[in-house]
Order: sequence, then C-alpha cells, then structure tokens
Amino acid sequence: MGEPRSLVELTIDGNVVKVPEGSTILDACRREEIDTPTLCWASNLTPVNVCRVCVVEVEGSRVLVPSCSRPVEPGMVVSTDSERVRTSRRMVYELLASSVEMDRADASVHAWMDNYGVRPERMGDREEIATVTQPPKVQDELYVRDYERCILCYKCVQACGDDAQHTYAIATAGRGFDAHISTESDVALPDSACVYCGNCIGVCPTGALVFRTEFDMRADGTWDEDSQEVTTTVCAFCGVGCNLELHVQDNSIVKVTSPADHSVTNGHLCIKGRFGWQHAQS
Amino acid sequence: MPDLRFGTGEPTPLEVAAVDAVVSGVGPATVAVDERLVVGGRGRAAERRNLLLPALHALQDAAGWISPGGLDHVCRVLEVPPAEAYGVATFYHLFSHSEPAVDSTVHVCDDIACRSVGALGLVDDLRSAGHQVRSSPCLGQCERGPAVLVQRTGAVDLSVAAASVAGIGAAIGSSMSSSPVVLPQAGSGSLRLLARVGVVDPASLDDYRAHGGYAAMEAALEIGPDAVIRELTASGLSGRGGAAFPTGVKWRAVADQVGRPRHVVCNADESEPGTFKDRTIMEGDPFAVVEAMTIAGFAVGAEQGWIYVRGEYPEAAAGLAGAADAARAAGLLGSDVAGTGKRFDIEVRRGAGAYICGEETALFNSIEGYRGEPRNKPPFPTTHGLFGEPTAVNNVETLVNVLSIVRDGGAAYAALGTERSPGTRLFCVSGRVVAPGTYEHEFGVTLGDVVAAAGGLVDGSEVRAVLLGGAAGSFVGPDRMDLPLTLEATREAGLSLGSGVVMVFDQNDDIVDTVRRIAEFFRDESCGQCVPCRVGTVRQEEVLVRLGRGGSFHDERDLLDDLGSVMRDASICGLGHTASGAVRSAIDLGLLGGVS
Amino acid sequence: MLWGSNARAAHPIFFHHLLKGVDAGARMWAVDPRRTDSARFADMWLGLNVGTDIALANGVAREIIHSDLVNTEFVENATEGYEDFAAHVEPWTLDRTAGVTGVPAEAISDLAHGYAGASTAQLMWTLGITEHHTAVDNVLALCNLALLTGHVGRWASGLVPLRGQNNVQGGGDMGALPNKLPGFQDVVDDDVRARFEGVWGATIPPDPGWHLTQMFEAMGSGDLRAVWVIGENPADSEADVNHARRMLGCLDHLVVQDVFMTRTAEMADVVLPAALGWAESDGTVTSSERRVQRTRAAVRPPGEARQEIDVIADMAERMGVDWGRPTAEELWDELRSVSPMHGGMSWQRLEDEGGIQWPCPDEEHPGTPFLHGRLWERPVVGRRAPFSCVDDRPPVDQLTDEFPLRLTTGRVLDSYNTGVQSGKFASPIRSGDALELSADDAGSLGLVVGDRVLVSSRRGSIEMTVEVDPDLPVGLAFTTFHFPEIADVNQLTSDAWDASSGTSEFKAAAIRVERVEAGA
Repeated sequence: MGEPRSLVELTIDGNVVKVPEGSTILDACRREEIDTPTLCWASNLTPVNVCRVCVVEVEGSRVLVPSCSRPVEPGMVVSTDSERVRTSRRMVYELLASSVEMDRADASVHAWMDNYGVRPERMGDREEIATVTQPPKVQDELYVRDYERCILCYKCVQACGDDAQHTYAIATAGRGFDAHISTESDVALPDSACVYCGNCIGVCPTGALVFRTEFDMRADGTWDEDSQEVTTTVCAFCGVGCNLELHVQDNSIVKVTSPADHSVTNGHLCIKGRFGWQHAQS
Repeated sequence: MPDLRFGTGEPTPLEVAAVDAVVSGVGPATVAVDERLVVGGRGRAAERRNLLLPALHALQDAAGWISPGGLDHVCRVLEVPPAEAYGVATFYHLFSHSEPAVDSTVHVCDDIACRSVGALGLVDDLRSAGHQVRSSPCLGQCERGPAVLVQRTGAVDLSVAAASVAGIGAAIGSSMSSSPVVLPQAGSGSLRLLARVGVVDPASLDDYRAHGGYAAMEAALEIGPDAVIRELTASGLSGRGGAAFPTGVKWRAVADQVGRPRHVVCNADESEPGTFKDRTIMEGDPFAVVEAMTIAGFAVGAEQGWIYVRGEYPEAAAGLAGAADAARAAGLLGSDVAGTGKRFDIEVRRGAGAYICGEETALFNSIEGYRGEPRNKPPFPTTHGLFGEPTAVNNVETLVNVLSIVRDGGAAYAALGTERSPGTRLFCVSGRVVAPGTYEHEFGVTLGDVVAAAGGLVDGSEVRAVLLGGAAGSFVGPDRMDLPLTLEATREAGLSLGSGVVMVFDQNDDIVDTVRRIAEFFRDESCGQCVPCRVGTVRQEEVLVRLGRGGSFHDERDLLDDLGSVMRDASICGLGHTASGAVRSAIDLGLLGGVS
Repeated sequence: MLWGSNARAAHPIFFHHLLKGVDAGARMWAVDPRRTDSARFADMWLGLNVGTDIALANGVAREIIHSDLVNTEFVENATEGYEDFAAHVEPWTLDRTAGVTGVPAEAISDLAHGYAGASTAQLMWTLGITEHHTAVDNVLALCNLALLTGHVGRWASGLVPLRGQNNVQGGGDMGALPNKLPGFQDVVDDDVRARFEGVWGATIPPDPGWHLTQMFEAMGSGDLRAVWVIGENPADSEADVNHARRMLGCLDHLVVQDVFMTRTAEMADVVLPAALGWAESDGTVTSSERRVQRTRAAVRPPGEARQEIDVIADMAERMGVDWGRPTAEELWDELRSVSPMHGGMSWQRLEDEGGIQWPCPDEEHPGTPFLHGRLWERPVVGRRAPFSCVDDRPPVDQLTDEFPLRLTTGRVLDSYNTGVQSGKFASPIRSGDALELSADDAGSLGLVVGDRVLVSSRRGSIEMTVEVDPDLPVGLAFTTFHFPEIADVNQLTSDAWDASSGTSEFKAAAIRVERVEAGA
C-alpha cells in the first residue's frame, strides 16, 4: 500500500548508494550488505537508540550518530568502519561486558565482540568495579528474570508497552548505573500487571529474560539449542491466526516464539500461544 | 487505560487531598458518568500525563515521601501504569521512597565549591546533631556556601546559605528563606541584565513597571512579531545555555512552523556545578522572565509558556509563580494578553533533583510526565519539542536579554561586546576570590579581568587553575588569564564558556579530589539511558578513585582516553559528551598528581 | 466500535493491531454489558442491558438518519430497502432506546455521530452478538449501521466478526455446515452437487442437514441414533449442559475421537485416540480474516494416538471404500478442484507466501484483503446489499423474583473453552471458578469475596465462589466457562436458540444466588 517512495542518494564507505526516502542509515547499510552490530534495535520495535553500538560517522556531525534511528539525507557521507566508530563500538561492548554477564547473548554479539577485540578485563578487577551481579528472580512457573544479564536495552519495556502488549507491567526505574527494569516498587511479577504474554522474553537479546523451561533445563544441563528443531505452525487458541515457532528438543516442545516478520503477530504472542503447549505432551 | 493493576496500599486523606488539588482543573482520566457510561481512554490519560510530576511533588510535600498508597492514588487518578510512575518517581533525587522518621531532610551541597568551604564537616556536624542529612550535588549557591536545601514535610522547602548547624536548626522551624541576592556590582550603571536585581521589590509588579518593566512588551506589540524576530536576529544574541545557538534563528524556525499548538519553554533548571546566575535573576527580577517569555510567545505564535525551575530553587519557583499570577491578574497573561486578543499563559513546573533535566529534550520528557531521559536529535525542538510540538526553548539569561533588544533595537545590542559575541554575559565567579557572586561583563573581557573584578584572589592565594564553564567545562591554568572571554576565542582555545562559571582554585585546593568529585557528579547524574554514559561515567570515576589512592596514571591513561572517546562520541546527549572534558583538561594541565 | 467482544482477552494479538490504531488517534467505543478489559481502552464504554443490542443498533441508526449523517450516495447505489428500514427504526428515539438499553441518550448520540462521521470505521463483534436467541438478527442490526454509513467494502472500513477458534472459519469453508458444501456452495444446487459427486464418486443428499442444536433435539426424539464426535466436548460446552448430557445418553452408539479423555469421551462407546490437530498434524487452518495458513506437525503423537486423516480413512476402508492414505497436500488439492475460492492457493504458494486470504480463484490472484468492494462499483456489481428490519426481542430466560440476576459468560485471557488444552499449564494469572457480582448485589446479598454460594437457574444449580467486580452494573453477574470440573457453569446457561443459526443463548441466563453456609 502507499505511494512508492522517492530515492535518496548518499555515500557509505565511499560507495554511492540510493535508498528509499525515510530509510534509516541502518536500513541503507543492510541493503548494501554492510554488517552493522545492534543490541537495542529490533525489526518489530521502535528504535530507542540507547545501546549506541550501531553508531557510524557522518560527515559534518560533531559526534557519531546511531544508524538505527537516523534517517538518511541526500548527500550524507557515512563511514561505518572509521577508527572513531571502531573505538566507540569496542568500548560499548567493553563497558557492557565489564558490568553484565554476556555469556548467553546472541551468537552475533560474541562474533562482534571478537571482531572488535573486546577486553572488558581492562576496566579493572571484577570484584572491585561496579557490576549488576545479582541472583535471578524466579517468581512463578513461566518466567525467570535474570537481571545480571540485563544490558538495559529497553526492548522488554517496549514489548510490554507501546510497541506491542500495552500492559506496562515493567519500566525503567532508578537512574544512572542504578537504572534497572522493574515492576512498581519491585513487587513480584505475579503481583504486577504482567499478563505473561512472554513478549519481553521474546525480544531479550542477552538471556536476561528466559522461559522457566529453558532456565530449568540449563540448570539441569539438558538445554541443547543445537539439537532443537523449529517448526512454524498456527496457534489454536483463537481465530486471529498467529504463527508459532515450536522449538522442539527430543520430541518435546521447549519454547514457543513467533516470527518477527509475520504480519499478524509481528513476533508477539499472548499467554495461551506462548505457554499453552503442555497439552501436546501429556 | 486497561490492564492497569493497582496496589493495595491506601493513601492517607492528606495525600488524597494533595493529589486531587493537582488535578482539580481537569478532573481524573476516567469518569463514570453513569453506571452504564464511562468516559476514559488513552487520549484522556495522555492529556493528563503531564500532571504526574506535580502530583509526585504534592505527595512528597504533603507526606515527606512517595508512599505506595499515595503513588497508587496518583496512578488511579491519572491512569498512569504503576510501573511507569514508579520509574518516574525513582528518577529524581528529591523524592524519597521510605517513610521519613523526621519532618525535614537537610540536603547539604558537598560539590566542588562548597566542599572547599567546610561542607563535609557540616554534614558530620548535622548528623551528630540528629538531622536527617543527604549529600547533594551543587545547589547553585557557590558564592555563599556551604549551601543547604531543607526539604520539609507539610511546609515549603527552604534554601540556607552560608549554612551552620544553628542556622539550619533555626530555619527548619521558621518561615524564613535564604538571604536576598547580593550583587557585588550593585549600583554600577553598566548593568543591563542585572539592573533591577536588588533594586526592585521582586514581588511587586508595580515596582517592576516603575523600573522600566513591560516597556519591551509595549515595544514588541508596536512593531509586531515579525519585527521582534528581526531585531533579535540583528542583535546577534545567542543562547547562554552552552550551545550558543542564535536565538533569532531558533525563534524564526518555530514561528515558521505550520504545526500548532506551539510552546515557549524557559529552561530554568540551572544545575551545572558552579552556576548560580539564573537564580540571581529569578529571585531578584522574576517579572523580567515573565515579560520576556510573553514576548517570546507573541513572536513565535505560542499560546503556552512553561518555566521549568530546578527543584533545589524553591524561592525562585515561588517568585516566578507569584510573578506569573500577578501578571495574569493584571491582564498581562491569560486569554487576552494586554488587550491584544491573543492568548498566552505561563505555568511554572518544578524539577525534582536531576541535572539531566537541564538538557532540553530531557526537560520536555520531565514536563510530560516521563523519566527525564534525553531524546535523540534530530528532530530538534523547533519542530518536535514539548509534547512533540514546535517549541522555542531558551534559558533564563538568554530570555532576559530579549528585553533590551526589543526595547532598544538589535543594532544597539550588537554594538556591545565583540563582533561575533555581541552583548553582555553573566559570570558565576566563585572559589578563592575576594568577592564571589554573579557578575555582568561585556563579551571580550579577559579571564584575568573577571577575577580582578571580583577583588582578585584572597590573601595568600595564587591561581593554580580556573574551572571555566562548569563541571562540563574545562580547567585552565594561570597562564590563560589573558584569555578573552568570547565565543570565538574560547572555541579557538578548545574551551567553552558553558554556563559562565569561573571557579578559582589555589595552591592549597585538592584538585585531584575536585576532579574526582566532578566524575562522581556525572556518575550520579547520568540518566542511565545510553551505555557510554551509564557505564562510562562509572568507570571514569573508578579510575579517578584509583588514582586518588595512588594508582599509576600511566596504567590508566589508555582507558581514560577510550572512556573519553566513547562518551564524547557515542553518548546520546551533552551530559555524556562533556562528562570527560574537565578530567581531560586536568590531565593536560598536569593537575592529577604524578602525571607526566 | 467493539460490540459484544472482549478481544483484549479473547483475541489478544488482534487487539495489538486495534491499539495501534488507537495510538494513532482512532476513537474507540466499546458496547458491552460489562466494562471489560477491552472496554477500559475505549474513549467511551456503553453498558447496555444484556440482549438489547438490536434496540441499541436501531436507536443508533435512527440518530444517524435524523442527523443527516447517512451516506446517501452509497445507500442509493449499493443498498436496497432503505425506506422501509428508516420507517422501521423511526420509533427508536434516543429516549426510548435509552430506556430499553439502559445506556444514556447522550452516549447513543455520541456513538452514532462518531461512527457515521468517521472517514473510516470498523465494527467488530464476537460472541456477545451471536450467543443470543436473536443471533442472526443481532448481526443484521449491525450490518444496517455499516450500510447506512458506507463503512463496508473499503480499505480500513468494514464489519469484523472475530472468530473464537483457529479454524471456525476454515470449518465453514470446508462445508461443515448443514446446508453448504466446501467453498460455501449450496447443497441444494444440482450443478454444484454434480461437480462434487463427480470428484467424490458418491451421491450427495440434496437436502440440508441438521445443525448442532437440531442434532441434540433429534437425539431426544430418537431420530438420531449414532454420533461420531471429533474434537468436540459437547458434554461440557453445550448450553444447558444437563439437557445435552441427557440427549447424548439417549444415543445407541457414541464414538468420540479426541486427544484427551474428555467428559464426552467418558460417555462414549468407542474412543479413538487422535493426534493433536495443532502440533502433531499437517494441514491448513483459516483465520478470522479468511487467511489460509499451513499448520505443521512438530512432535510425534503419544502412545496409540493416530493422525485424524488415517482414522477416517481406516473407517472408510471398514465401510468398503479404499481412499488410500492421502496426505494433507493431496486433500488440499482435491479441495482446490471443487472450491473455486480456493483454486489459486497452491500448497507451494501457502508455503512461500505464509498465508493467502480467500477468495483466490487462480494462481495469479494475490488473495483478497477485504470483501464487498463490489458495493463501491458504479453501478453496483451484483446484488444490492439489503437493509434488514429487525426487532428487539429480550432474552428468553426472563428475570423474575425467583431468578432476579442476569448471568452472562465470557472468556478470560489465559484460558480457552472448556480448558481441555489451556488447563495444562501453570498460569500465574488463572482466576478459577469465581462468580463475579457487582458491589451492590454482593452487599445486598450479604456476600463478601471468597464466600461460597449456590447459583441456580431454571435448569440447574452449582456451587461457586464469590468475586466482586466493582465495575459490574447492578443486576449483572459474570463468570467464565473454562473450568467445568470446578464450576459446571453450563448447567446454568440457557439453550434457547436462534432459529437461523442454531446458536444457543449462552449470554443471558436468569439466576438466583444463595449463600452456602460453612460446613453445609
């Protein structure tokens, strides 16, 4: 639908490219197959540009700009791999990895960290510097919130709020390094407005929010992502037609997600679609 | 709104009354017109969201803390999700989240100016005397420290200057406020921005008019909005908040917007450590701010003005609110401003302890009832400002300049100062000088002149360094006393006038500790939104603590450089961009001991 | 306009899309006896008396007509019967409508003006409209509003019935209706039957069959002696379930094919364990928006459970016909050969495109995002859309001194139907069997939250636990039907049914509530 958009011409890493008006620099980079790291960006969420790992250098701009949210402009000259860009990206990863457990972050995160030669240990002895180390919150049978893995990318807040679920059970509380994702007065999740749609878990990039099944299986040492098969089907719990991705390990469903590019769900589900699968294995 | 799940805590009658007074003008978000008809929805909730911060203030003022029951009541009335309201309430340092044992909290400034005049000892003494004490970042009274803010339950807050245990004890039980502003330059005929400060009765509209007040407004009505902006552009006035953007260009951009409504916002969230000039104007000449904003509204076609005053300035906020009330009563604000048939009104909003809210887009979010987290720019406020609508945002000093420009013409103004830095500038002079205070000088004055005008250094002191521009500025050495204070000369020297801070340190001051305190300030005041600033300010402070304990600068040099780079290059806003500036300059000047 | 639908709970992901519209500035009205989770998002909630939907729609229509808000051009070009309709609704003044529905006149007027004045508008409903003895008339009353205003057949304007299950639409598409063959083709049409008979190699009875309610009647009368139930639990889900259980008991032979030992299966002579249609079988389902999508097996069925296709083919074999063991794709291709609206949806296209909305007559056809666009052709193509003169008829189960409270039922977010599937996971938000009462009614009955009560209707009595919903209007009670083991709610519900559709009036029972003394 809609009118075809006119094209904007800009230069990225020395190459002249044309992209539709309204594209972001990140969109343009992806079209040009220039690999760009992201943490807080997701295709099904509004860019909040808080992680700053996607920054690029734009000629005429005093500071680096977040490619995920900056629209392209005619004549823009963009560098994605300058020394300044590499330093800032490396530092963002070093700052995060020095304060947060990154071990369960997506594989691409680790690939980028290797690529930029990240050495978080130079921030100081982990026992002596500020970190977000804390025990996981296990408050019900469906969710685990393991906030020592939280990089504060705001994705969960967006998925719980304006970008999908509109439940607003969680928000950022506190300030500065003490800022954290919280329910009101940190009440337990079952006492909050949470309706267990699992959309926060669906968008978490670092394993801070996990399904209880995964958390328990990891604790037991039985979680084996490599052996899991993913089958796409349609949820049975109402007539809306949400696509489900069933993650199956040893003929058991262990996790349910939805494709972010599915026009019905945009990757988001409700409690029934997300968790109502136990009857398939009883 | 829906799905909201409220807690089970009950508000006290006092809390209910305080919150209900805040929303009395518009009513609650959801109204049961009838058992079978409820009017509500996201639109009504959105319209009321900007009352969240005033409602939180009402709770804090009435009960001394944001109780769960009180917060719940606010959420029900405004239909704000409790998790979001909690997120907002915990963003600001002046809101307390545990039930207070006593009726007052004493916030003692232990920031860079006050800690050199005994603030740390005062904290100990107050604690020994049984007070509930909290350390505070700069309270904007650097010329008369140590500064204290007394936050009282059920009574207005008070500032206490040159505070002592006895003085604070007396203040808590009284209605007295801080001593009136004293201008070192009082009586000097050359004052323009400060001419009325200490001369007029700040509470009297008549007195203001008797001293030339509202002459600029009359001139503006006579020449019309377009000409006002032309004169402003001709004057060469640029913003005094630090970025020095041409004010005429900004106003023109707003006036040319198709979108309505438009807003005028006065950024009175003066929180840069070492800065107190705007407080001088707000306390000494509040009608000037009101008049200048009215002219701004007239010029850009805005119907609503907002003054956002930092929460640590209770006297300024009260004075401005009183001035706006008096102007409204006299027909100078409201639905028909001065018989023009045009509407313009001003609302005064109080901050609640967050330096970041001086960043203009964070300020917008704060007014709107969200966490004071800066927005990414572009888009800029002229097109997407307060409530996403076209907004002219200026700080107090910038606005007050408008009066003489409109009254006397842009050309006359441009004749002052230098060609590229026309006009006069306020300086906040503090530290080891004889007569600290707010000074007005023409642009082009040298740093040495400014120090000399303040009586020079106290006996036995030699300049070791001057902090220029505030915590977000830079240290300069004694060799720079001939530096002309203009936009162009400072820029060329890689410096910034910032908020006009000139804080003088001598050979006995502990500069390593000062630099560490600056780093601590940024760590405390980072909003936490973006990674470079949230973690970078922490790591920077950790390095400085290690250096203070005798760590090797050589080992930390690369890390400090990288931290500076990522904060400067990749942070969202000016806080992160400048958080390493003073540290960097201290390194360059060799002020961090044992440094090559 | 959300009318008789709690989509926030029953269709949560659809509601995300609705909220995007609201966030972008759309106004929202919710018409429902209860101020539901959905209604809380609305700019205005209109709490009408249960079963007065036609009165309200007629009143809204009259207000639109009297305010000159009729889309005259559309009405003249694309509809018929306007004059009769206008005369029919003329008595429904705002005051009269307010009197019958309980909704203040100002709100009815606001709804009429808002709906008619909008550049685009959608009218959405669910079982709050259809689970009444006036089900079809209720739908027609809403259609009248769309015809008056031209809010149909255009991008972003239309009528949206929300389906409660993932393949309600698909069941209809496949001909699981008493009078239709696959593709909504009339069973009475000789040419249609001939085409099917050619493909199927069997004779198709030329007369419409029974709908579900008629089947139960027939069980009682002895005209229906044997039933094969596939994936349905009528012994829990039927209105006036005691009656339904008695009827099932009259059968000579009951076969139940299901994934669980449901209450109906427990009554069966033969139980055929089946693979789950959802995660253990391949096939297609059709969503509310007519989107045909692939379902795929992800896990192997447990124990002796078998694919439904295989069970049915086995049965055919026992009856002497060899169907082989067709795959889902082979069955789909057969459907495409007989149902023109599915003709263009090849298995490969369904794989590649994710889903296609019917009608899709050929492989070049992109599918159809919305229906009735023909009504905007000038002149209109095909039959004009008729206005329907429908009358307000109150619920059959009347309120009396003996049964003074109106009980209505509905879904909650974390549960589904009789709980066969949804009861298996540990939901932290599960509510259980509560009977929700208004604060006033609870007060006058001397009840507080947690009290046990005996709830009786003209058909049965069950014990429940009291919950108070401060937003419920006086005289209205609410419960879910997800937990038949703990609260057999359908013992209470009314099986008065709609003559056109056979749907029972689940939404309007008359009840009495009495405290159960502790230890009693």
